[in-house]
Amino acid sequence: MATEDGAAEIPYDGSRWQRPTAFRNRKVKWAAYIGAALFVLWSIVSLLSGVTISRVVYGLGNGFLLVESMFPPETSTVNLERVGVYMAETIAMAFVATFTGVLISLPIAVGAAENLAPWPLYYLNRGIISITRAIDELIIAIIAVKAVGVGPLAGIIAISYLTIGFFSKLFAEDIEDIDMGAKEAVEATGASRFQTFVYAVIPQVAPRFVGLTVYRWDINIRASTIIGIVGAGGIGTLLMRSFNRYEYDFAGTILIAIIVVVLAGELFSAYVRRRVQ
Amino acid sequence: MLETIDLRKVYPTGDEALTGVSTTVDGNEIVAMIGPSGAGKSTFIRCINRLTEPTDGEIRLDGSELTALGESEMKAARRNIGMVFQEYNLVERLTVMENVLSGRLGYVSNWAALRRKFPPEDVERAYDVLETVGLDGMENKRADELSGGQRQRVGIARAVVQEPKILLADEPTSSLDPESSHAVMELLADIAAEEDIPIIINIHEVPLAVEYADRILGLHDGELVFDGPTDGLDENAKDVIYRGADASETTNEAVAKTRTDNNAISEQAADKPTAAGD
Amino acid sequence: MAVETGRSWQRHGTQRRIKRLLAALVATATVVGSWLWLELDLQYITSSPPELLDLAVRMYPPAWAYAPDIVMPLIETIHIAVVGTILAVMMSVPVAFLAARNTTPNDLTYALGKLIVTTSRSVHTIIWAMLFTVMFGPGAFAGMVAIAVRSIGFVGKLLGEEIEEISFDQVEAIKATGGSTFQVLLYGVIPQIKPALVGISIYRWDINVRGATILGVVGAGGIGVELFDAVDAFQWSNVAMILIAILGIVLLSEIVSARARAMTR
Repeated sequence: MATEDGAAEIPYDGSRWQRPTAFRNRKVKWAAYIGAALFVLWSIVSLLSGVTISRVVYGLGNGFLLVESMFPPETSTVNLERVGVYMAETIAMAFVATFTGVLISLPIAVGAAENLAPWPLYYLNRGIISITRAIDELIIAIIAVKAVGVGPLAGIIAISYLTIGFFSKLFAEDIEDIDMGAKEAVEATGASRFQTFVYAVIPQVAPRFVGLTVYRWDINIRASTIIGIVGAGGIGTLLMRSFNRYEYDFAGTILIAIIVVVLAGELFSAYVRRRVQ
Repeated sequence: MLETIDLRKVYPTGDEALTGVSTTVDGNEIVAMIGPSGAGKSTFIRCINRLTEPTDGEIRLDGSELTALGESEMKAARRNIGMVFQEYNLVERLTVMENVLSGRLGYVSNWAALRRKFPPEDVERAYDVLETVGLDGMENKRADELSGGQRQRVGIARAVVQEPKILLADEPTSSLDPESSHAVMELLADIAAEEDIPIIINIHEVPLAVEYADRILGLHDGELVFDGPTDGLDENAKDVIYRGADASETTNEAVAKTRTDNNAISEQAADKPTAAGD
Repeated sequence: MAVETGRSWQRHGTQRRIKRLLAALVATATVVGSWLWLELDLQYITSSPPELLDLAVRMYPPAWAYAPDIVMPLIETIHIAVVGTILAVMMSVPVAFLAARNTTPNDLTYALGKLIVTTSRSVHTIIWAMLFTVMFGPGAFAGMVAIAVRSIGFVGKLLGEEIEEISFDQVEAIKATGGSTFQVLLYGVIPQIKPALVGISIYRWDINVRGATILGVVGAGGIGVELFDAVDAFQWSNVAMILIAILGIVLLSEIVSARARAMTR
């Protein structure tokens, strides 16, 4: 077997088989890998510089102290009542914000569905979705608190905002997935545009709409438990306050309450979605 | 030469899949194993390389006893036994070449395996075998991009690069369309001749077995009820294999008869329609 | 059956109609009840948008001159996401094997795996960050640990599901060729989960870049520290600049993540 170079037409010079790569060629691959590795190295060095082993050990010790001071959690009636009231506010915020968020999302979703919307509208709505998804709801909450004052209204604004990006995107995808043949068939019977929408589009997306709404509500419960950290209402307000006052046993109670409510929301949402779909 | 002596398999559920199968396969013969679903065909094949652990009995490959081997010795022994699977069992996300070369894993170090660095002669042979199975030029395709027939040919190539002393094929055609089935059987026949190794093929379709095999093994309820040249497989023999004879002595007699002469089997099992190909 | 006299047709059976109506009523009542409980005035619907708009007007024009000052915090945000994700992936691989039915040693380890996944996922990043700033003091390190701990559940859950999907037929075929245990892992198992592991990690990194932008709220480093300061000082044009920067970096990481994931199959 000649191992001369340039003998490319010999398809099986055994030593020449190489695993194909997803990159344009091997050089690009190694350049990408080395570039990524260098960036990672930079990240590690800059984050860990100044962090000594003793600080980590000290921190872990602190962690044990923290957990220790959280247990047993605070269970005085007064405080439990406060948790109850704030938790009710949290859940109520999630309900209202899901409602307003979905309401605002609907036209955006229809406008962002490639098969229904004309292209300028399509790009406009896709742009709105990208931007709303990029900025975190806590940032909006901080700004909303400045705009409308401390309280649940700011939280509702932030969570509604958060709902828009998520809901419009997924619902637009569901609309794009509908069977256009059925729509054509209804159109072919001479139905009006509105009738076509009612008979061919809505029945196809209705179950997904309900499912997505419930799913979003579940995520919104999560979001509204923390949004109070910046003063936008809900149980987060209490959590931040207890942390600032070093009342870690009360913080423990609040954390447990949050986990329970979040898990219950998740179970409920999973149950409803199973029923609908 | 492969020899099984009184091979028995009882599953933990209590099902007796093999009741003591003794046979010998040698030279470059193509042996087709037929029988109804659940007769123990797959169990038999899988016991030979001990992917399924036999309960009792002996397996001898070129004189060495396999059932007594420890785990690492068995791994080495498996290099000598090529296996082709019904569902191809290719690693879907690897390329054709990686799948074929995995047949050489038993001969390379872990480190070389990690870097996909196989000896040039292995790669050479892989290319040759790919050509034999008609897949030249496909080496860098991913296994999941291939059609069923092509996948099975990669599966065969993987077994052949092992340079095995025997090839086992577990229902190699069951997932394929008729045309690909014939192509695969033809390929297996060619390989037996070319590599000069025996092949045991579990097969569902009796006509395919008759067309390509030199010899037939008939299994019914874990029992070897037929063992003889293909032309000895008449309607009565098929009846015994697929229906089981009414009385057990019939079966024994049938086996005895087919073993001695391969002529018509006794009247007991007569005039029953063929149940072949179910 | 009085079939002959003018048949009537209804979309759903009566019982189903009642159930649907009830569900709709309960949902409406809950939303209205929530609204009342929160003592939200209806006037907010008309008053909130102008107030938000007013803020937007004050943000214009963004303070472009402020841009150089936020380059380093932005990079720190990415650093937090990168190291946090790496740490999370390292910790979640064993968790995934525990939380997958087919690889977990027994029921107890399975329960442990699920517990870790659930705890990590049900506590928000910002709460983890609060805890870790108490432990390690304020700064990017606490933020990184928070990002890592929060990601374990996500990566562990998705990877565990992927492990449960492994085809043992493929593993068996490699075994049948006589490969060593390590080789079986290398050729039979890893190719089946590698694309998922890489894809999930990159996807999570992308999510973490977004998550790292808010860590500053509790003093855990990143661009959020600047943002929080600017909002507190009512420097709205600086806020606008930071928002644009965040938008840019999040969209950029989304593109990088999408392209990288498209390459791994």
